[in-house]
Amino acid sequence: MATVSLNSGLILAAILFVIGFVGLITRRNLIVVLACIEIMLNAAGLAFVVAGARWGRADGQVMFLFVLAMAAAEVAVGLALAIRFRQALGRLDIDAADEMRG
Amino acid sequence: MTTLFYIAGAVAIIATIMVVTRSQLVHALLYLVISLFAVAVVFFTLGAPFVAALEVIVYAGAIMMLFVFAVMLLDVRAQKPPRMPRSAWAGPVILIAVLLAELVYGITLHDHALAGGSVGPTQVSAALFGPYVLGVELASMLLLAALIGARHVAAEPTGAAAGEADAGTTGPEEAPEVPPAPEGVQG
Repeated sequence: MATVSLNSGLILAAILFVIGFVGLITRRNLIVVLACIEIMLNAAGLAFVVAGARWGRADGQVMFLFVLAMAAAEVAVGLALAIRFRQALGRLDIDAADEMRG
Repeated sequence: MTTLFYIAGAVAIIATIMVVTRSQLVHALLYLVISLFAVAVVFFTLGAPFVAALEVIVYAGAIMMLFVFAVMLLDVRAQKPPRMPRSAWAGPVILIAVLLAELVYGITLHDHALAGGSVGPTQVSAALFGPYVLGVELASMLLLAALIGARHVAAEPTGAAAGEADAGTTGPEEAPEVPPAPEGVQG
């Protein structure tokens, strides 16, 4: 059985990460920005798993589990902030937060 | 397995591009679920079935459920933020494309085959509760802190806390804007 090469996995992770980053800088909706952060974290986890599979060890998957826990914590706090954001500013546009200055 | 990897990878890339380009929030979230499923298939082809199952259960299940609940609570249909003008994001996107090309070039300089075979839940669990047990404890602390933090942030300020937190910023105009759902959450 032919196995996937290391490069293919790492390139896939890099492409997904960059797409997530482009979404992060181009979208204004706060929820979509959070989703793009999830995409980037997922891509980083994919790179960990690929690197773990390179050596046939479990460490990459363990690191993915830590990334997963961090992503869950981040999205819980982020969505709570989004709810408060909407209540305080009345919309989900991240540009609305420029009124927070001062 | 190699064919499965490339098909799933292509699906993941297409679905992720759709996440970034859809203007409807719910459509973007549905494409994000597809992207996470595709990455789960990629994990399976890489010989990581435990992580593939967790990707489906935690990412596509729990985290996306949080997103959908937030969309329900926020009633985002009412307003759509205007898109950023092309002139604002074209420059950064071109530069990041250059960086991506460099990264891909750097990755392709050396190629290695994967070890092959599958690393099952037994080995992952043995590593998780062996050398990495401190990380597991820290992750549990992080999740607890996130739980308390999310509860504290999302709760509507009441009484004295409201006076301190929201003094003069949004006081009178807050009431009509709040949808009825968040009050039910606090129960």
